[in-house]
Amino acid sequence: MQPIYMDNNATTACDPAVVAAMLPFFTEQFGNASSIHSFGSRVGKAIKEARVQVQSLLGAAHDSEIVFNSCGTESDATAILSALKANPERRTVITTAVEHPAILSLCQWLEKEDCVVHRLRVDRQGRLDLDEYASLLNDRVAIVSAMWANNETGTLFPVEEMAEMAHAQGILFHTDAVQAVGKVAIDLKKTKIDMLSLSGHKLHAPKGIGVLYVRRNTRFRPLLRGGHQERGRRAGTENSASIVGLGVACELAQQYMTEENTTVKRLRDRLERGILGSVRNAFVNGDTLYRLPNTASIAFEYVEGEGILLLLNQQGIAASSGSACTSGSLEPSHVLRAMAIPYTAAHGTIRFSLSRYNTAEEVDRVIAAVSPVIAKLRQLSPYWSGDAPLAHPEEAFQPDYA
Amino acid sequence: MWDYSDKVREHFFNPRNSGPLDDANGIGDFGSIKCGDALRLMLRVNPETEVIDDARFQTFGCGSAIASSSALTEIIKGKTLDEALQVSNQDIANYLDGLPPEKMHCSVMGREALQAAVADYRGESWKDDHEEGELVCKCFAIDTVMIEDTVRTNSLRTIEEVANYTKAGGGCSACHEKIEDILLAVNGRLYAKEVKPTQAPAATNGAPGKPKLTNYQRIRKIEETLEAIRPLLQRDHGDVTLVEVDGRNIYVELTGACQGCAMQAAALGGVQQKLSETLGELVQVLPVAALVRA
Repeated sequence: MQPIYMDNNATTACDPAVVAAMLPFFTEQFGNASSIHSFGSRVGKAIKEARVQVQSLLGAAHDSEIVFNSCGTESDATAILSALKANPERRTVITTAVEHPAILSLCQWLEKEDCVVHRLRVDRQGRLDLDEYASLLNDRVAIVSAMWANNETGTLFPVEEMAEMAHAQGILFHTDAVQAVGKVAIDLKKTKIDMLSLSGHKLHAPKGIGVLYVRRNTRFRPLLRGGHQERGRRAGTENSASIVGLGVACELAQQYMTEENTTVKRLRDRLERGILGSVRNAFVNGDTLYRLPNTASIAFEYVEGEGILLLLNQQGIAASSGSACTSGSLEPSHVLRAMAIPYTAAHGTIRFSLSRYNTAEEVDRVIAAVSPVIAKLRQLSPYWSGDAPLAHPEEAFQPDYA
Repeated sequence: MWDYSDKVREHFFNPRNSGPLDDANGIGDFGSIKCGDALRLMLRVNPETEVIDDARFQTFGCGSAIASSSALTEIIKGKTLDEALQVSNQDIANYLDGLPPEKMHCSVMGREALQAAVADYRGESWKDDHEEGELVCKCFAIDTVMIEDTVRTNSLRTIEEVANYTKAGGGCSACHEKIEDILLAVNGRLYAKEVKPTQAPAATNGAPGKPKLTNYQRIRKIEETLEAIRPLLQRDHGDVTLVEVDGRNIYVELTGACQGCAMQAAALGGVQQKLSETLGELVQVLPVAALVRA
């Protein structure tokens, strides 16, 4: 039985063309790009090409705006810490309640360092209130950081509009676009976005390579000093093989952009329709009109996500959950909580995230597998009886807890 | 994914005794929907013998919550209520060949539901006194609530003290930042690591104003200090006894749970710090095995 991978928001498989392009850089092309001899200069040339490939996918005005680093988390931390360092009189950060932990954990720590952090709330569909956002913009704000697409629900934020609003008040704007790049058409030169984070392994490049886009003339302070690499904005010998791989991945992403938004989207919609048609007490989380084409976040009421994942995994199906139990913390996903999804549904939320490698046949196999899995777990659930939830489930089962 | 034992996986994929028990005469509902783990335990108790003739469960929760519920019903069936109440959460975890530290609370939940069900059968009211917080120390599965309570009750000031009292932070040390956060929150400030009085070199050479102890006095003091420490170790089912004093080397025997425990070094360190403080000199506390080697 062929395994089915539908966890592409967690990470993606490297495209074979990406791997092929990388291989020479582990063997004959091992030089240090900084060296003057030909071993180094050939690598330097390859990095330059990759930079242009990334620039092209992002629609950046200049290739020098692309700063290679190690991952999306590094990009996020660099952007926010740089803004605070470069604008020491401004100590406020605006972000959203549903960001990735790379942003939220950093902000939590910044609060201990005497920064003020505003976390924009979201509604039941995961959408922001732009009036609330506008009311918080003032000359004490060092930076706004809002994700382009949410990793759990796929919901898109209107970051271009938000960047305009920040810019009008002289405030830097950063977006964590780790999930959006390759799935959403981006043309940075036409926006007011100052910084953008990208992670290679979300678009079929390897793990361990990331990019921070820094618009020309943005006041910037590096996270790592100690070398002239990346024009002194990110010291450390370049990860040349991965940079080359990311370049190829960006070129492929550009080629497949339409397919992501047509073929992959149709597969995702087919999956959602199939599951909702065969499982009762299930619903889709997020803004279904404005979200990534590959992501389906489906809440199955009255069961817990880890059990679903274990049973799906038994059938070779890989997805992920919005539940606590896969992360070690006790509460369900902060994203679903911010959206006020009830606990009995948040704990039973499964995220299926597709890629261009998924097929209609796989989608149909997943649809067929899900319904019996949910039925099996509901037979164990104290909220369930026969083939329906109890009449008043939350009243019928009220466990004690201190 | 979690590193579940085969037994946990087996009990999750093929849970025993699941589903409603229609003629149950003792029912315990326990857990937290917020935390995503809750179960209903249903017992049919023979009123003559108080033997649990049948036990079934319904659980909303993760794989190990379902496996723990299944294991619990298997363990208690055929036992009398009093016997069943002797079952600890560790027994449930052991039955499953262990649970990951983050998942130990699943076994605790089973044990609490059992108490609730027995109380229900007996017509008693039962109040849960169990509370847990976010897991801090992954080496020894210690959570925020446990650490906060212990810091508050014992006026602990440093990470070393927290490790000596709760074990938290005594392993890989990755959680030390979180422990510092708790110390700061409870104490309102952070205290520097206490400077041992013995670190002043004068103290070891008979500092003025501090009369040198006779050998007898010194050993008496060592014994008194160990006596004061023992209850702490006993709380963790361990113990310590004095074996030999040879100059600045003090040999002790750690027994019970302390013996061979990953915390042995930390326990010895704690004993050593305490002894150095009370004796006013720098001493080294060694396990009895070191004496044999010497």
